[in-house]
Amino acid sequence: MANSSLPDRIRRDFPILEREVHGKPLVYLDNAASAQKPLAVIEGQREYLSNYHANIHRGAHQLAQLATEAFEGGRRKVAEHIGAPNAAEVIFTAGSTDAVNLVAQSWGRANLSQGDVVLVTRMEHHANIVPWQMICEAVGAKVEPVNVHEDGTLDLGDFHAALERFSPKMVAFVHASNTLGTINPVADLCRAASDAGALTLVDGSQALPHLTIDVKAIGCDFYVATAHKAYGPTGIGFLWGRRAILEAMPPWRGGGEMIQSVSFDGTTYNTLPHKFEAGTPHISGGIAFGLAIDWMRGVGVETIAAHERSLVAYAHNALETLKGVRIIGTAPEKVGVVSLVVDGIHPYDLGTLMDGQGVAVRTGHHCTEPLMHHLGLESGTLRMSFAAYTTPREIDVAAAALARALAMLR
Amino acid sequence: MAENHPLIEARQQEVIADFAVFDDWMDKYEHLIELGKDIPTIDEARKTDSHLIKGCQSRVWLAADSAADGNVHFTADSDAIITKGLVGLMVQVLSDAPARAIAEADLHFLDAIGLHQHLSPTRSNGLASMVQQMRLYAAALAARQA
Repeated sequence: MANSSLPDRIRRDFPILEREVHGKPLVYLDNAASAQKPLAVIEGQREYLSNYHANIHRGAHQLAQLATEAFEGGRRKVAEHIGAPNAAEVIFTAGSTDAVNLVAQSWGRANLSQGDVVLVTRMEHHANIVPWQMICEAVGAKVEPVNVHEDGTLDLGDFHAALERFSPKMVAFVHASNTLGTINPVADLCRAASDAGALTLVDGSQALPHLTIDVKAIGCDFYVATAHKAYGPTGIGFLWGRRAILEAMPPWRGGGEMIQSVSFDGTTYNTLPHKFEAGTPHISGGIAFGLAIDWMRGVGVETIAAHERSLVAYAHNALETLKGVRIIGTAPEKVGVVSLVVDGIHPYDLGTLMDGQGVAVRTGHHCTEPLMHHLGLESGTLRMSFAAYTTPREIDVAAAALARALAMLR
Repeated sequence: MAENHPLIEARQQEVIADFAVFDDWMDKYEHLIELGKDIPTIDEARKTDSHLIKGCQSRVWLAADSAADGNVHFTADSDAIITKGLVGLMVQVLSDAPARAIAEADLHFLDAIGLHQHLSPTRSNGLASMVQQMRLYAAALAARQA
């Protein structure tokens, strides 16, 4: 394989990969749910908590200054990594879910009204459906879905037809599907949606760990992602938005940090990005998010992407030879996600028996229930998902574990 | 929790003895799968939404009936075979026992056979909710009997 030397170089950065489960060496193939953390991220958080923890912004003392610089450094790294014109356009959130809720509650409440449409796709994660349903229900607007083909690609004909039919105010879609792996043609979708007069939000949760992201080239209005799927800590993610749009949006949550001055005659709000960051943020998370990005850039995002492409091809070959296995999601452009079903066998049984052999996979609907209904997969799928440290050998072990589970269940 | 009813305690000891011969994780599951295949299941006609316990992944159905002798009779099923084996074990231990004994049962056998993790809510297999439903049904019946 072209990049089989990549895991050799980096696996030692991930102490957790040394451990065993149920007495077997861990084969961790649940990276789309959450990736493991390199030492730089683990140590960076420890270093902050041991040496320079203090509350950030406005503190007059040395520790507050060090912590603020490191946290804002994390923000600059995110901004640079995604090609954001200005770090002030990067709002730290608790994750992608929180970021979509921010846009839905702030932009949505100010801009959506009776009869308006928010267009999504049938391959969205619940995090890019439910926040829109909540605001739409509150203002009398509606969420409409675009169809997905059998192979897991987006139905572009239906997408364009829906733009014409509904004239949506907002079009929100995944960059890459967490269940199918499909990489959407986001730049094309954004251009078409903008031409139709809509704003666009791209959910990059599964793109950040696998793909080079440039929000200017994509042409979206909002981009969201989470750190923990991209080798960073849990509890932190970001919303990027075009500056003029963010400036015009009202604050969502009120409290400390987001104000300029407070009085009972009226409160004035802080500037971007702080206007949307009420309360003490996840300081160690912001710092470590930056370190995770440093780690990915050090390895090279394109190197990781090429490695994962070869793993997907390798896994498709290894799994398709097993009797009864049907791969779900065969789009030509995929991130490191392989979903499968075996007719007559519940994915939960397969996942449980693979766990017994040390192989961590995910089973179920992967928070994409509408997609599972659409594809007629009521029990969901078994999903293997890869990272930079995944080896072809681990895929062999997973395929053998699956074969053994199938033999036990038949 | 009070001491177990002798019937429920004896059944738990029986299950523990059955599983004692397996020390390998996979052998234990092999046994569970066999149990799942053999266990008498719920009447197809009763596999309705009103008997469905919503777990996150595997679906579990449970029906409870009060018998003439005042005991509770359970039947259950699942669409996942491992869950079905676990569900079957629960039925084996709790069915056809006095209502109060079921409501107050200390189900220590899952711990003893090393399958307690299946009762954790994070497994989302519907088993924990099923046990809760069994207890609730039994408690309600016991209250009526009192």
